[in-house]
This record gives sequence, C-alpha cells and structure tokens, in this order.
Amino acid sequence: MMENVVEVRGLVNKFGTAVVQNGLDIDLMRGEVLGVVGASGTGKSVLLRSIVGLQKPDAGSVKVLGVDVLTADLKATRARWGVMFQDGALFSALTVRENVEAPMRVQFKLAPDLRASLADLKLAMVGLPPKAGALYPSDLSGGMRKRAGLARALALDPEILLLDEPTAGLDPIAASEFDTLIAALRQALNLSVFLVTHDIDTLHATCDRIAVLAGGKVLVTGTLAEMLKVADPWVHSYFHGPRAHAALGD
Amino acid sequence: MPPASSQTDPAQTPEGQKLSGDFVLARLTALQGTLTEGDTDLTGLTKLDTAGAWLILTEARRSGALVNGATPAQTLLLKAVKDALPAEAKSVRKPRHVHLLERIDQIGHGTADAAAGLARITGFFGQVVARFAGSLLHPARLRVTSLVFHMQETGLNAVPIVALMAFLIGIVIAYQGADQLRQFGAEVFVVDLIAISVLRELGILLTAIIVAGRSASAFTAAIGSMKMREEVDALRTLGLDPVEVLVLPRVMALFLMLPVLGLIADLAGLLGGGLMSWYELGISPGMFRTRLLDTDVTHFLVGIAKAPFFAVIIGVIGCFQGLQVEGNAESLGRLTSRAVVQAIFMVILADATFSIFFAAAGV
Repeated sequence: MMENVVEVRGLVNKFGTAVVQNGLDIDLMRGEVLGVVGASGTGKSVLLRSIVGLQKPDAGSVKVLGVDVLTADLKATRARWGVMFQDGALFSALTVRENVEAPMRVQFKLAPDLRASLADLKLAMVGLPPKAGALYPSDLSGGMRKRAGLARALALDPEILLLDEPTAGLDPIAASEFDTLIAALRQALNLSVFLVTHDIDTLHATCDRIAVLAGGKVLVTGTLAEMLKVADPWVHSYFHGPRAHAALGD
Repeated sequence: MPPASSQTDPAQTPEGQKLSGDFVLARLTALQGTLTEGDTDLTGLTKLDTAGAWLILTEARRSGALVNGATPAQTLLLKAVKDALPAEAKSVRKPRHVHLLERIDQIGHGTADAAAGLARITGFFGQVVARFAGSLLHPARLRVTSLVFHMQETGLNAVPIVALMAFLIGIVIAYQGADQLRQFGAEVFVVDLIAISVLRELGILLTAIIVAGRSASAFTAAIGSMKMREEVDALRTLGLDPVEVLVLPRVMALFLMLPVLGLIADLAGLLGGGLMSWYELGISPGMFRTRLLDTDVTHFLVGIAKAPFFAVIIGVIGCFQGLQVEGNAESLGRLTSRAVVQAIFMVILADATFSIFFAAAGV
C-alpha cells in the first residue's frame, strides 16, 4: 500500500559554489499530500524542478512512478504528472481554454470540440466561471490564474500533482478556497500531491505529511502534530511563530 | 463476434449496458458513440478518469438514465465531474462564414483603427516635444547619464555596421556607374554620380534604415518589457514621467547621433566609391578630390539636414510601440516588428516628401 510514487535519493544540486541540495532523500507516497517547507533559498523549487526533469542534478537519482527521470524517455510519464508553477505559468498567447487543451494536444489526438468540452469541464472543476475559458491569462486575476494553472496541470488526469507555492500572493479567502479545492480534487481524482509552500494554513488544511528542508537535506518529516514537537530552532519558530499560532488556532 | 473490441465495448443487458475495461482520456475517441441509452452499470470498469466520467455522465444526462455500480472512489469522481458539468448542452460552434458585408465592416474598422492610431502617435509626438521644451527650460531635469548611454548604444555602437554598409554601397555605385558611363566615354562623371547619390540620398537613407532596424526594435523591446513588468506604472507612482525618463533620452540620443552616423556613412561611401573608381577607371585620388570639390555642397547639406527628422521618426515610433505593449509576450513581439516596419516605412515616406519639397524649392 505504501508505494512511493516519487523517490529522490542522494540528490545534489550545485550552482557555482552554492550547494543547494547535498544528498537529499525524499519520498512521496501514493495518495498522500506532502507539504515541503523551508526558508527561502533552501532549494524547494529546485527540488521540484529536479523531480520533473527540468533541472539536471549533479548527483543522485530521481524516480517517478518507477521511471528514472534522469535517463528515461519521459513522454509517457509526462502524461502522469501535472505541474503547476508559481503564478500559473500560463501561455500568454493562448486563451485559458487553449492552455488547458495544450497538454491534451501534445499527448493525444482528440477532436477539437471534444477537447474543448473536456477543457471546459476541467475549468469548471477548479471553480472557474464558464466565460473564463475564452479569456487570455493577462485578463485574469491572480487567483483565477492559479486556478487556470491548476486546471492545466490536471488536464490529463495525472496521478501526481506538483504544486509550487499555489497560494502565494492570494488573499486569505482565495487561498483557503484553493486549499479546499486541492483537498477535494485530491479525494475525487485520487491524487498524490507534492506541495511546495510557505503557507502554514495550507499545511494545516491539506497536508498529510510535512518535510522541512534545511542545509541541503530533509531535516525532518512527519505530521503537523509531530512538527510542533521538533526542537530545531528554525522548525520551532516556523511552527510556533505568531502566524502559526493564528493558523493552528492555539 | 470479433473479440478484439469486445473488451471495452459496452455489453447490452436487459436493463441497459454494462461497461468494462478502461474509460480514460487515451481511449476517449474510440469510446465516443459506443454508449447507448439506458442505465449504465460500472461494476466491470477497470479504470475511470474525468474524461471517461464526463462521457458516461453526459450520455446518462441526455437519456435521463442512471449510473450504477460505482466504487466509492468512482462515486467521488463522478460527483466531482457531475458538479462541474455545464448547465445546458454545449452549443455546437459553427465555422464562421465571412460575408461580403462583414469584410467591408472589417475594412471600415481597420481604417478607423489606423486613423485612431495615427491620432495617438501624433499626440505622443506632441508629448515628447512638450517634454523636450520642458527640459530646455529646466536643463536639470534632463537625464544626462541615460542620454549618454543611449548615444553610445544607438550611435557609437552602430558606427561599424553603418560605415561598412556605406563603403559597400559606394563600391556598388562606382562599379555600376562606371559600366554605364564608359559607354559614353564619360567615366569621369562617376565622381559626380557617387557624390550626389551618396551625399544627397543613399548615405543618410540607408543609415536611417539600419538604425530603424537596430534601435527602433531595441526601444520597443526595452520599453515593452518594462511595461509588461509594470515598471512603467512604478515610475508613474513615483511621480516620474515615463516620457521624460524613458522616451526623451532615447529620442534625443538618436537626434544627436543620426547626423553623425550620416556623416560617417557619407565619408565611408565616398571612400568606397573613390577606391573603386581608382581601381576600375583609373581615376586617381587627386582627380577624384578635384571633381568632388566641384560638386555643389548643397547635396551634402540636403542629405544631412534630413537626419534629425529621420531620427525623431525612428525614436518616436520605437518608444510609442513599446508603450503599447500589453500583458502578454506575444504583443511584445508583434509590436517590435511593427515598430521596425513602421519606422522604415515612415523614413522612406519622409524621404520622398523631402525630395518633392527640395525639388519644388529648387535646392
């Protein structure tokens, strides 16, 4: 049952003299939502980029669904993961609907109206109004762009969803709606979610397990309750700061 | 019955149909149209995703049938998809047929847009002139660092390409001219030919075209990407005027540098022409110089006098298009190419107007 859908072993990433990851191990288990936190510059985004093969690590191995990301042909695997970048990374020259259709175009041959119907379905599932499909990304608000980015990530019904700071820059209401949305979609679509975030509310609302990055490694993993007992100063101040108290309601 | 397709085809039962196999996006095209009316039994499904659920549910909704036998996970998925289904059956989009009337309508809109664009760019030009006058009254507001930077960027750095281009044009004219003039035994007039064509027209016109390609595009791209990243808005909130900060230094830099580039082009063109006449026709540098000094100096003056006008045209169009960039990356590319095309076209149009003007004025 405890199958690892993502398995990172001994990951090393260097940029010049700066060592971002130094022998990092991390697992994402099937069906769980893993929250990845860490101070700025601890390589959260680099880790996400390494997992999807955008960043070639200096050492280590990355396996997604049993496929070695560094060496194998990723064409088939790309249909099984969905990535949502910060601020959506929507193609600005395409409408929102065309953005969601883009992964379908790449992977499958579908009739145009069928593709459009499926894209509209995905847009509705992430809570966008029907008229949003015909708009361009620059016409959307930040929250709507994130939802559109999520719809594109979900276009092919992936097994793994990788999210880079999905709630950053959203107002608290939109952020909490987004948390609810991720939790609901994860249930309905049976997703495993790799969630990079700074938002302690998101951790509280959606994550089964939390991994804290520091010093190029995973410092500690565990549930939120376990995090509260960790003695490490950074982890302690993260989960016991004033914002954390407000978010966790104690 | 062929067993090959029976694996996923719905099997008919007395109450409706029993589905089996994978109902997923990858097979959606094959599955479309296989569903029939009647209740749907899902117990035989091996895989279901949103696309499959969408197909089953749209079919079931159309016929008002029930969907039975879903596992708990499938029930969740079906519910999520059902909640997201559009309210009414989706309208079929017809390919748009463009009637003659619509074409005329488009032409009308295009003309109106072009006129509005011309009005806007004229307004923008007025703004630039007003800021220029303002900076003459208050020289302290002039951005000297920026001005010098752009003079280097658009002027100094363009010298090699401009000089090389003019040198080659001088050679071409000398060569072609010599060929023709030799038939009349009038080789020596090649000097006049080179002097007049390079000094009066080609030197400055081709320089302006090169600068339009180099600098108008650079202005649009630089200002456009600043516009995209809201830097222009940030300037406004600081109380800085984008025209004064971004546009004026660029236009002024071109205004000052294009005549200099034109002069360099003239010299390089004469040099190229002179060398070619020496080599091809045996016109010695001394003779070339004597004949050159006999040509009227007004040709040079007419040529160089056009440079500041061309500079303003190029600078204003480049900056104006940059400020028109909207949020998306495509508009940046589109406007950059439009800036170059417009700048070159307007330069040539202005040159033609000057020709008519000078001819009428008898210069």
